[in-house]
Amino acid sequence: MSFKKFKEFTSTVVPLATENIDTDQIIPARFLKAVERKGFGEKLFHDWRYDEKGNKIASFELNDQRYSGKILLAGKNFGCGSSREHAAWALYDYGFRAIISSYFADIFTNNAFNNGLLPIQVSEDELAVLMKQVADEPDSMIEVNLAHQKIIITEKKIKYSFEINAYKKECLIKGYDDFSYLQSMLTDIEKYEQSRNTAF
Amino acid sequence: MENNTLFDKIWDSHVVKKVAGGPNVLYIDRHYIHEVTSPVAFGNLEGRGLKVLRPEKTIATMDHNIPTENQHLPIQDLLSRNQVETLEENCKAHGIKLFDLNHDNLGIVHVIGPELGLTQPGMTVVCGDSHTSTHGALGSVAFGIGTSEVEMVFGTQCIMQSKPKKMRISINGNLNKAVTSKDIILYIISKISSSGGTGYFIEFAGNTIRNLSMEARMSLCNMSIECGARGGLIAPDQLTFEYLKGKDYSPSGEDWKKKIMEWTLLKSDPGASFDMEYSYEAADIFPMITYGTNPGMGMDITGRIPHNNADESFKKALDYMGFEAGEKLIGKPVDFVFVGSCTNGRIEDFRMFANLVKGRKKADNITAWIVPGSKSVEKEIRKEGIVEILENSGFALRQPGCSACLAMNDDKVPAGNYAVSTSNRNFEGRQGPGARTLLASPLVAAAAAVTGVITNPVELLE
Ligand code: SF4
Repeated sequence: MSFKKFKEFTSTVVPLATENIDTDQIIPARFLKAVERKGFGEKLFHDWRYDEKGNKIASFELNDQRYSGKILLAGKNFGCGSSREHAAWALYDYGFRAIISSYFADIFTNNAFNNGLLPIQVSEDELAVLMKQVADEPDSMIEVNLAHQKIIITEKKIKYSFEINAYKKECLIKGYDDFSYLQSMLTDIEKYEQSRNTAF
Repeated sequence: MENNTLFDKIWDSHVVKKVAGGPNVLYIDRHYIHEVTSPVAFGNLEGRGLKVLRPEKTIATMDHNIPTENQHLPIQDLLSRNQVETLEENCKAHGIKLFDLNHDNLGIVHVIGPELGLTQPGMTVVCGDSHTSTHGALGSVAFGIGTSEVEMVFGTQCIMQSKPKKMRISINGNLNKAVTSKDIILYIISKISSSGGTGYFIEFAGNTIRNLSMEARMSLCNMSIECGARGGLIAPDQLTFEYLKGKDYSPSGEDWKKKIMEWTLLKSDPGASFDMEYSYEAADIFPMITYGTNPGMGMDITGRIPHNNADESFKKALDYMGFEAGEKLIGKPVDFVFVGSCTNGRIEDFRMFANLVKGRKKADNITAWIVPGSKSVEKEIRKEGIVEILENSGFALRQPGCSACLAMNDDKVPAGNYAVSTSNRNFEGRQGPGARTLLASPLVAAAAAVTGVITNPVELLE
């Protein structure tokens, strides 16, 4: 199943300064009982978004009228913990297309890529500048340019580069997924299986 | 002349192809699945009109959603029941071996894999579950994957992964009294932080690690993910071979001899280089407990919560826990004690727990959940008479499953309550919305269970 091609875009930002946001916060385990990938966006950050009675918690950034957009700006070490891909599904389903942080957990990074969600790693200093910018001016627009590996706030002349694996970049831009690639390799995989008896 | 690490040897021998500028195509020897992270993968695979390519390499169990009481009755929670039934249907349709609720081999996926000899040295092992790192204790490269990757393994027996960097963590010397491998790993994470291992695969080394039992090694490797590492592994040795000998799925006869020769080669070469090295003294490690909302927020149980005023996330964590910087945890009342999970749900964990509670009584304020990691652990608990010790002290044994580790089944800690848990995550809400988790060893859990407050187990062992 290939996903939509990743196009450059410009959007406002939702800031979430908390560090070490784990996948249990992104989507609590009790919402993982579905057997289909549907409706996870509603449950995104559920226990931070709603109180016990199901009312929105006004102080939480996703409920804050000032913030909206396709970019999540998150504190260091985003996506740690469980391997649940539901976290990436929930973020995507909610409408996020890119996440900017100074550090991402490994499994989360793979899950994000496999769902057309772009994790953008910036330095701690750059993250601090971006956080301040969005706090001072919540309607700041950030341009995400994957082809040039840059995020840009034009008025402020802020322009940061980010690294991305060349293969992953191409997959995102062309809308390819790893599965199709692996399937095209089946002959090599079978050859590998036959060649292996004592492998070490 | 060779200077490869153990990790290099296993990883490199499983690379089918290196994609230019990209990840490796990595062949997977053993794939475990459970009810939560597999249904969408099966659905998508079928959507592509495909079948599982190598069904014999995948093994299924049910653990996250299942109740830990009355397992012979239909599951009450309809969504959970549906997920479990979906797994049954999918396994049937694709010819995958499933250990269901009626099967003697049922258990938490990371408990049964090693227990049955399904995980062996030198293998690549994956599961849609981050604690797959547990299996590294057998000398395999084992790590958690997402559901898209589960689908890739189904369809092609491969995934695409960039090779992680290599870290070695050495521990040397004799362990202090009442210190278990759980304390070792909590100590390590408190030193390098919950993100200190991100991007790395860890090899645990040193004579302290060598002297750990196989089960203790599993508890250690289990939590390597909690410092952000993809996984952790330990070179297989005589103890590993003895552990595996005669297990249901271990090789036998001529095959066994051949395998032993191969497995003996699985160690880092003397000149092997690591991208990062840490070294600690066992003498510096004491029984540990966590005070915050990530596993890196841990300390010596007799210590004081550190001050870290500048850090908003740190303050938020203490607020959630209802603790203050500078305070001691010793003597604080707790409400729940949970012994179990893929970290500490093996027979040695229950022996440890029983050894401390023997002749004492469960404190009145404590609700205790004592949950074996598998049916075979449960059987052993009964066989060894541990169940009588537990019952005489006022504890009841439950049936195997993930239980209170993740608040997905019926075992949930109520909001605001404190739980000393032998599991692996103290995240906000991990054990139920608003639940406050203190991670610790089975000995610390036992000490809390009989005194009702946080207690240094050393005092009760004297
Ligand atoms: S016991 Fe806990 S950590 Fe282990 S597999 Fe189950 S839910 Fe995951």
